[in-house]
Amino acid sequence: MQPDRTPLLSVENLEVHFPIRAGVLQRQVGAVKAVDGVSFSLNRGETLSLVGESGCGKSTTGLALMGLVKPTGGRVQFDGQEIRGFNRAALKSYRRRMQIVFQDPFSSLNPRQRVKDIIRAPLDIHKVGTPAERETRVAELMERVGLRPDQADNFAHQFSGGQRQRIGIARALALNPDVIVCDEPVSALDVSVQAQILNLLSDLQRDLGVSYLSISHDLGVVEFISHRVAVMYLGKIVEIAPKTRIFAEPGHPYTELLMRSAPSRDPRKRHSFSATNDDIPSATKKPSGCPFHTRCPLVTAVCKTTEPALTARDDGRLVACHNR
Amino acid sequence: MSEMNTATHVPVLQVSDLDIEIRGVNGAFAVVSDMSFSVSAGETLCIVGESGCGKSMTALSLLRLLPEAASIAGGKVLIDGQDFLAMDQRQVEDFRGEKIAMIFQEPLTALNPVLRIGEQIAESVRQHRKCNRREADARAVDVLRLVQMPDPERRATQFPHELSGGMRQRAMIALALACDPKIIIADEPTTALDVTIQAQILGLISDLQKRLGTAQILITHDLGVVSEVADRVIVMYAGRKVEEASIFDLFDRPFHPYTIGLMGAVPGAGASSEAGDRLADIPGTVPPLWNLPKGCAFAPRCANASARCLKERPPFEEKRPGHWAACWEHDDAA
Repeated sequence: MQPDRTPLLSVENLEVHFPIRAGVLQRQVGAVKAVDGVSFSLNRGETLSLVGESGCGKSTTGLALMGLVKPTGGRVQFDGQEIRGFNRAALKSYRRRMQIVFQDPFSSLNPRQRVKDIIRAPLDIHKVGTPAERETRVAELMERVGLRPDQADNFAHQFSGGQRQRIGIARALALNPDVIVCDEPVSALDVSVQAQILNLLSDLQRDLGVSYLSISHDLGVVEFISHRVAVMYLGKIVEIAPKTRIFAEPGHPYTELLMRSAPSRDPRKRHSFSATNDDIPSATKKPSGCPFHTRCPLVTAVCKTTEPALTARDDGRLVACHNR
Repeated sequence: MSEMNTATHVPVLQVSDLDIEIRGVNGAFAVVSDMSFSVSAGETLCIVGESGCGKSMTALSLLRLLPEAASIAGGKVLIDGQDFLAMDQRQVEDFRGEKIAMIFQEPLTALNPVLRIGEQIAESVRQHRKCNRREADARAVDVLRLVQMPDPERRATQFPHELSGGMRQRAMIALALACDPKIIIADEPTTALDVTIQAQILGLISDLQKRLGTAQILITHDLGVVSEVADRVIVMYAGRKVEEASIFDLFDRPFHPYTIGLMGAVPGAGASSEAGDRLADIPGTVPPLWNLPKGCAFAPRCANASARCLKERPPFEEKRPGHWAACWEHDDAA
């Protein structure tokens, strides 16, 4: 299915800064800029992947959009409406249309609840339908995600990791959302089961037209699931491009490093990885200028002082680099 | 440290018919059965499989570090020709570190949080070598330099929490190398790391092996890692070997349906994938080890399973020269 081009979700300059407090008086002495001016849009029926390494802010971006951490700045528009202040009332109707599937199917489901109650919870909270209708909807959802409705009375701990992730997906689907934030939904699963879940997500998008904001560190998963890819580094997006283009030819030097670091799938084409230590700087001590300049092979004087803006290139991609 | 460039093909580790069992509330059940393999100096053997396949239990048994509920129920482990399973605790401790050492997945839990990096390495050196404190400290800095730790003298005085994830893994590799072991066992050494850091550690592991000529067993679930470092590969499923071959034979022509399934299930492996494509997933889940199916453990998930597969367990046999598998299927092409 071809994605519709009107942005459903648009994010402008999203910021999530966490204060660093120190001393007896717990005075603020600095801030961790976990998300530091992130802008992107998501279309109907589209999958945009946020990809990057730990601490790049990809998960915090997802949580901020769900209102699970409060953004400290920026604008979020959903279907043309601005989400103001991320307060309870504003979030309630928005959350009906925007849901999340978490990484860990073990800690994100209440072990003391029956599966039917887990999946029905969003319907109860939003008072959708009669109790009988909710019951029917739960059975329908279970079937939809590949669970047997006769397992509805079981507890979450009676299921395997893959099945639990199906429960999490059914819960996210309950309210017919337009967008599902998928925060590393398969990274805790074994490869054979991971493929089942990726196929399920892909089928659901085809059949229901739901958009995914997928958060992942796994380039294989990103390549499979995305239409477009946004690469994040230390709280910033450094490149956004259509999937096919970014994998064919990475634009930003960091995208290139990421792709070069992924293990080869062909033992005859092994990389000769450098053993030299080259760490990701800590988010509390972000480099000046371009955040990637400490690791960049193309670094020049301007990179150390001036932060490059994310600008459009001829081929339709956006890249934040002085030298590309 | 000795420089060695070529594999000498003398097995330094020989495992035969190893059985490991766990005592559960409802009696004992096997977690590893009939494991046999050997590794030579300079060679990297990868043991690959999904959670619960027995790969980590196999690794832990090679150091006699199995958890309390698990025990070795049979088989033989020869290290440098000596029967490791028959040794008493003191001999085992002599062997660990000196002959065989382990790199764990999570350096933050494997390293002692209240000891400086240098002290942890020196402690291991002093246990095995007759040397004084100063010599041991010097050796610690040497191995930290060997693993390309930046600023090794200063890092030796730091605690594990003061290092980044990648540097902690370097410190653990240094600790494993401190007494020049002949065999290194690495259990998912890069799984906890970011991809750019993983690349550095894989680079380091290959680099060190070329220089030191150690025999290496690398346990992983990641076929990408296998493809980067392995000479030979064992694929495990439900506690048993299902396939063993050289890296090229395995990737060129995998034999066992499980191996074929695993390779197809890895996303992004295809030349190009369009959104909306499907992955070749393996239906179902791994059976619980305390309730394995009667015949081939993979049969319930296998598209080619016949009536025989459900009744009799296939033997592990040579299907093509140097390429072994446990499957009733014959090689039509051979």
